[in-house]
Amino acid sequence: MAVNDAVSYTNIETEAVDFLKLAYKHYQLAYPKFFKMDSLCKLAFIASELLLKENKITDKYKSEDIAIIIANSASSLEVDTVHQSTISDKSNYFPSPAVFVYTLPNILIGEIAIKNSIKGENSFFIFDKFDADFMSSYINSLLDSKKAQCCITGWVDLYKNKYEAFLYTVEKQPAELNIEHTTEQLNKLYK
Amino acid sequence: MDALIDQLKGEIIEQLNLEDVKKEDIDNDAALFGEGLGLDSIDALELIVLLEKNYGIKIANPADGKKIFQSIRTMAEFIKANKK
Amino acid sequence: MALLIFTIKQKGPKLNKFIILNLQHTTYITADNIISPLGFTSSENFEKLKKMQTGVQRFENSALSREPFSAAIIDSQKINSEFQKLNPKQEYTRLEKLVILSIQNALKQNSNIDIVSKKTLFILSTTKGNIDLLDATQASKFDKKRVYLWETASLIANYFSNPNKPLIVSNACISGVLAIILGKRLLENDQYDTIIVTGVDILTEFVVSGFQSFKAISTQICKPYDASRDGISLGEGCGTIVLTNNRQLATNIQQLIAVKGGASSNDANHISGPSRTGDGLLLAIEKTLKESNVKPSEVDYISGHGTATLFNDEMESLAITDANLASTPMNSLKSYFGHTLGAAGIIESIIGIHSMQENTLIGTYNFSELGVSKSINIIKETQQATIDTCLKTAAGFGGCNAAVLFQKESAE
Repeated sequence: MAVNDAVSYTNIETEAVDFLKLAYKHYQLAYPKFFKMDSLCKLAFIASELLLKENKITDKYKSEDIAIIIANSASSLEVDTVHQSTISDKSNYFPSPAVFVYTLPNILIGEIAIKNSIKGENSFFIFDKFDADFMSSYINSLLDSKKAQCCITGWVDLYKNKYEAFLYTVEKQPAELNIEHTTEQLNKLYK
Repeated sequence: MDALIDQLKGEIIEQLNLEDVKKEDIDNDAALFGEGLGLDSIDALELIVLLEKNYGIKIANPADGKKIFQSIRTMAEFIKANKK
Repeated sequence: MALLIFTIKQKGPKLNKFIILNLQHTTYITADNIISPLGFTSSENFEKLKKMQTGVQRFENSALSREPFSAAIIDSQKINSEFQKLNPKQEYTRLEKLVILSIQNALKQNSNIDIVSKKTLFILSTTKGNIDLLDATQASKFDKKRVYLWETASLIANYFSNPNKPLIVSNACISGVLAIILGKRLLENDQYDTIIVTGVDILTEFVVSGFQSFKAISTQICKPYDASRDGISLGEGCGTIVLTNNRQLATNIQQLIAVKGGASSNDANHISGPSRTGDGLLLAIEKTLKESNVKPSEVDYISGHGTATLFNDEMESLAITDANLASTPMNSLKSYFGHTLGAAGIIESIIGIHSMQENTLIGTYNFSELGVSKSINIIKETQQATIDTCLKTAAGFGGCNAAVLFQKESAE
């Protein structure tokens, strides 16, 4: 696979919560807000930190020229279930604002934007599975029409202990890497 | 009072997911918001839930939180005065 | 169990891409529908708004909450009786019924729309979809799979025998505006000639309890931009806009309206609190005006977000002022429909489009005294005015903002 700087981290922990915490510690990501995030945001946050450490796009582009466009299958169902559990029992009815705020999948875009001061285009899409065709053509057209110079994009999904993050940056003229941003290449990488 | 303060610190650390903070790191009189612990608007709302859940105290107007949540001590005093 | 990180180069621009850019199509609105407590068609809704009648009311002892709250709720019996007229062959959820009814009504307005065509795409905008199915304490005849938004969207596409995989936008309260922008962008390529954009959300205990935990819901009908505003009114509703890049398909409309531009942005400030400066919304507005080739002075009307929380409305006043739009007539429709979340951007855009077609500015229900720090021009009473250009804005949790600009074809 002709990918520069691919980073992957696996751990024997299989519970999402433990895996994410260990990964955070392993990569020494000092960001106390991490612990306030729901698991989906934690997963997205770790992936984005590793990605942006490899490719410092925030040094290269203006904050408003960087787009964040992410998709998944389960939306925010993991934390939705937690919020639902706080209201199901009427004798123990304590909905939590810190939980509820995460019951929207695009909050993970907000977390990445806040950490990196990124202000460009935002979109969160839902698909049954990663749709390389749509993602590549839509993001290519965003760059072609100059609505963004660079895009952080990919797939961040987490539900019932099944989780995966596949995150990449797309630029018109990357410094050194040369994977073409096409449906075929994405499907190859995503496997 | 000291026991309540200690208990409250533990509850706040847990409820607000202050993973890297220990009880002894929290000064009884330091500001909870802004500088101090660096809590934000969601944390303030979460503290309102904590008061209701753990102490049966209801705060209808979130603006009242400002005074109550100045420091751990003001919060403990409020609980002592209002606990049911 | 792995994190995969890559940097990928965009495929080099080819000549044919430039050709497509040069031939860029205009996107027109050819049909629309609103379902709300005020009515089941756009015109029913617009007529009520002209008379400044609201669909929001105060609820006490509702099954949705023990605390009093204000909201716009659609009568379930009315939904069911309207839906039965379609002779459905299977069971649909309340949310799915709204979407099907809304699309069905929009399709009736233009016989040129070919819903079964490969060139027709369906986009769904929703924040929570069938989230009510998550409540295990309620017996349900529906498969739990229906909580997946893609399952809902695919059921709708199947109902209409549309051959394409639907797109779903779920981006908090800007979802609806984003979905319209997405539709316009997709129509600029030649893959589709018709895009049906539907926004929907229903009122559930899930959503009411969450906003209550944020202490964000007013117990009275909300008061956008007003000095005494004290929070939102929630709402449920569904809106459908049919977009086309083929003028020949839009012969049903006398006064054609084009979608000229649109953009989104992020505050990069806080996940729930609006920006204190309005810079994110300002950015989305500026990008939208630039793409539309429209100067601030040419905007005749702004359909604001106006949720009636202290911080949102204040933030908007800053952004609107910094965009040189402070004197432009502006309203919020939240005191008519409540905040319909994923449907809001679409329902409010449709009212904007009808306002343009009827040259009528809708007054902001419940607004009496300006309560934001900048003197923006909030419309109090419904009035006649020439409206050639309308800007719709939205902002939401996650720090997101969006704007879209509509213009009369004659004014282009």
